[in-house]
Amino acid sequence: MIPKTYIQTLAKKNARHDGRRFDEFRQPVLVEYAVSAKSAEGSARVTMGNTIVVAGVKLEFGQPYPDTPDEGSIMISAEMLPLSSPEYESGPPGIEAIELARVVDRGIRESKALDFKKLCVKSGEKMWTVMIDIYPINASGNLFDASALAAIAALKNARFPKVEDDKVVYKEPTDEPMPLSFMPVSCTVHKIGDKFLVDPTRDEELAADARLTVAFTEKGEVCAMQKGGEKPLTHTEVFAMVDLAALKAGELRKCL
Amino acid sequence: MGKLLVEEKSIVVPGDFLAEGMDYLPAGGAFRESDKVISSQVGVVEINGRLVKVIPLAGAYVPKKDDVVIGRVTDVSYSNWFVDVGYALDAVMSLKDGTTEFIERGAELSEFYGIGDFVVARVSNVTKSKMIDISMKGPGLRKLIGGKIIQICAIKVPRVIGKQGSMVGMIKDATGCQIIVGQNGRIWVSGKNPEDELLATQAIALIEEKAHISGLTEVVKEFLEKNKGAQ
Repeated sequence: MIPKTYIQTLAKKNARHDGRRFDEFRQPVLVEYAVSAKSAEGSARVTMGNTIVVAGVKLEFGQPYPDTPDEGSIMISAEMLPLSSPEYESGPPGIEAIELARVVDRGIRESKALDFKKLCVKSGEKMWTVMIDIYPINASGNLFDASALAAIAALKNARFPKVEDDKVVYKEPTDEPMPLSFMPVSCTVHKIGDKFLVDPTRDEELAADARLTVAFTEKGEVCAMQKGGEKPLTHTEVFAMVDLAALKAGELRKCL
Repeated sequence: MGKLLVEEKSIVVPGDFLAEGMDYLPAGGAFRESDKVISSQVGVVEINGRLVKVIPLAGAYVPKKDDVVIGRVTDVSYSNWFVDVGYALDAVMSLKDGTTEFIERGAELSEFYGIGDFVVARVSNVTKSKMIDISMKGPGLRKLIGGKIIQICAIKVPRVIGKQGSMVGMIKDATGCQIIVGQNGRIWVSGKNPEDELLATQAIALIEEKAHISGLTEVVKEFLEKNKGAQ
């Protein structure tokens, strides 16, 4: 509802419409675990200001792909629920939902945090498929960061179910966690005019010229990136944005 | 002799009995069934002489004739502007109601109001099927340039305005911002600097949050004074 021009004018004056600093996240940033313990192997709810995202992990047996016979697989999907924002309609996933799912997927996959080899039960015959579903409950901006955080939190929360006679008994979880060696976290930096800001509201997202989502490993190495928006970015801008994202991703990691 | 069954300012739900007997009359948010007056909404009871009404706690904007609203232009056609006023249907502003200026035949209507522009307009007619006509002929009705738009619940607009505009007047004086309140819950705020606008926004958010309590003016006054000092 806040006009685009207003946000751009404010950015020039070094201000944001809700009074935050450019590098300030909305409060509270909350991660709740096991919000759907009865029906999912792992779940988490992330709150970032008004934005709320729920992620769930389901495990299923499948056959390994022929090119990776010793590895399990993960699948991440996102759906923009019509109840989360007036902008979304029901139906097949739109371009935003697909991008969101792919960016979260890449952040986790390319960090190599999840040991795919350990997800394989029998080479070439049986593997675990990890399915992560992301549902924004209230889409009030910055779904990328909230979803990435929810997905990794749900994965951290997930436990393998019991297996009996080659059948999965979903009702009886074991104590065995996912083969997750660390927690990759991503942070998105938006560019409005010549200013960089994090955790935009929906109005700020619509007024932004470009955005860059960067995923980091625990050591702070960049493991995935995605650029969006209409305007291009220069070399120096990309470096500045990655630096800011690294700093903020560190703060987000503390919430896990 | 009729009898009240609830106290004034108490919160009721649909189906609650409000009054008994023919001495009391149902007004907004209430209806009569045999000799009882029954609530049809979740809200606060207000009693005005013989009238019993329920003021809803929340709800969407329903346009009424002569409401001043803030709308966003969503489409421009051959002879009309279509304006989103926060209702299920877009309002229509015809060419003759758009401006007092002379519009030449074949002129580009988007030069007056383009898609995405915010305007202050008056609801000139609401048809039986809830089609809305709006007009921009009248004092104070204009295109909004600069400033921000805040959306609040339309039900709470009377509290933001206050008695004879006392509440909004107080915010204007304390922050030095220009403020226009639309009946549809959209509020335009424009000030000299972002801090003033933010203070006005926070004050309005406070009113929306605490709309149901009495002595709200004092609370807002205190808030404004405290935060004005902090700047």
